[in-house]
Amino acid sequence: MSRIEIKIGGFGGQGVIMAGMIIGRAASIYEGKDATLTQSFGPEARGGSCSGQVVVNTDRNLYPMVTHPDILVVMSQPAYLKFIPEVKSGGLILYESELVKPQNHSEGLTAYGIPATKFAEELGRKMVLNIIMVGFFTALSDVCSEESMRKAVENSVPRGTERLNLSAFNRGFSYGRDLVK
Amino acid sequence: MKADPKGVLTGAHFLDGDHACCEGALAAGCRCAFGYPITPSTEVVERISRRFPMVGGVFLQMEDEIGSSIAIQGAAWGGKKVMTVSSGPGISLMMEHIGLAAMTETPCVFVNVQRGGPSTGLPTLTGQADMMQARWGSHGDYETIAICPNSPQECFDLAIDAFNLAEQYRIPVMFMMDESVGHMTERVVIPEADEIDIVERRYTKKPPSDDYELYALEDDNPFVPPMPPVGEGYRFHVTGLTHDDKGYPAMDAQTQQKLIRRIVDKIRLNADAIAKYEEYQTEDADIILVAYGITSRVVIRTMEMAREKGLKVGVFRPVIVWPFPETRLKELMDQTKAFVVAELNYGQVVLEVERLVAGRAKVVLAGHGGGDIHDPKEILRLVEEVAK
Repeated sequence: MSRIEIKIGGFGGQGVIMAGMIIGRAASIYEGKDATLTQSFGPEARGGSCSGQVVVNTDRNLYPMVTHPDILVVMSQPAYLKFIPEVKSGGLILYESELVKPQNHSEGLTAYGIPATKFAEELGRKMVLNIIMVGFFTALSDVCSEESMRKAVENSVPRGTERLNLSAFNRGFSYGRDLVK
Repeated sequence: MKADPKGVLTGAHFLDGDHACCEGALAAGCRCAFGYPITPSTEVVERISRRFPMVGGVFLQMEDEIGSSIAIQGAAWGGKKVMTVSSGPGISLMMEHIGLAAMTETPCVFVNVQRGGPSTGLPTLTGQADMMQARWGSHGDYETIAICPNSPQECFDLAIDAFNLAEQYRIPVMFMMDESVGHMTERVVIPEADEIDIVERRYTKKPPSDDYELYALEDDNPFVPPMPPVGEGYRFHVTGLTHDDKGYPAMDAQTQQKLIRRIVDKIRLNADAIAKYEEYQTEDADIILVAYGITSRVVIRTMEMAREKGLKVGVFRPVIVWPFPETRLKELMDQTKAFVVAELNYGQVVLEVERLVAGRAKVVLAGHGGGDIHDPKEILRLVEEVAK
């Protein structure tokens, strides 16, 4: 790995940026790589479209922007439709299967879905949807180790919610791992 | 003098530029901030409001930007290291007080997380179009220092420089971030307090007296007078009117010339000492890309792409844009054929490069209206044009 570009898209309020924060923190703080998280959002606090971009690099990350993501994580249909043309050939798409209905991808893309909303509701908090996606991402990509990602979840979520969020992470992780077994 | 460990969050953090700026201010010894939140600088004051009280500091959300920019100056004369934080629309409101700080020689830091403008423009999107405002946005003749970080790490490191320079030269320092850098999150390594050099306020050595001269020079420093400590019996008058060494209004041309000459010269004649810049592969460059802030990271990508095509391209990045590092630019001018200046506006800093180059090399602008950063390929196309 030298440079990997990751894009996470969804609605504002879904925890899109937090998901990027966890991946970036795992890479830069726990694995000593260079990671840059940039974000794009509108003036609305919630509901507008929102995306987080993470560049992970084993070298110094000079150019900080994502142009052609190697990995796209999407939690809304508009984000899916908007970002799918940017994905690099051979790229990986990870989507929330209740919110995103994938259409015909160009060849060479690999896509995996997860009913993360349903899992989040089963865990009692719809809000942990993003952390389930982060667990799913960890299982299906090789950007960061499971251990680093787990540490980053623990140190990124609000105090007192670590247990809930780690269960959410585990749920996404094991679902992803079982898909590729 | 080393930093007070109480304000230094030593360790490796994953922080955005806005948060890192707050930590830099704390490490520099700033304990007093007044502000009025505005995107994309809100995260700076959010963190300040939480962090400053933890170390005995004060944050006050004021009624508006005008209140903020004047309250910090009262606190500065009261002995504090001070800052206010805003973005274009707020900084425009503060202009009168930036001039006041220049005239009264009040050390203070104005953080401007630049967004697209003019007016309310693009609240959540980036821009670099306040560079000329940072230089001479207030009326009258004065000089400031404007610093442009290009990463969260630099938002920390250079915020410390901003406070140190404000103390050293007794001026308002403009900390010119941009939305891209403010909202970019990267690893920020904060060193131990004893590894951080801090410039403390220079106080007068003269005792309080009826003849006390507020602006008299001391310590063989021909440019910057020391300040009086408060609460020790010094009685003084601070005014935006043209003033004599005692600090009292003196409405005549002679006093004006002496005062303004000094506040302009203290920066201009020290420009080489203040200068801070970076260079990449300029040694053999036929074309040098000039950029600051976020754009300096974009042009490095352009340089790499140009080098792959066999073009001899380098990068010159003023870290401190005002005063412009003109001595170094003039040296580079003699060894290169062209400068391509990339900035998120339609021509501000390029004017300074043109002035210095004065026709002895080609100067081309890679302008951009803001809202997004340049595509490095677009700048490459321009470089290829110039190389023809």
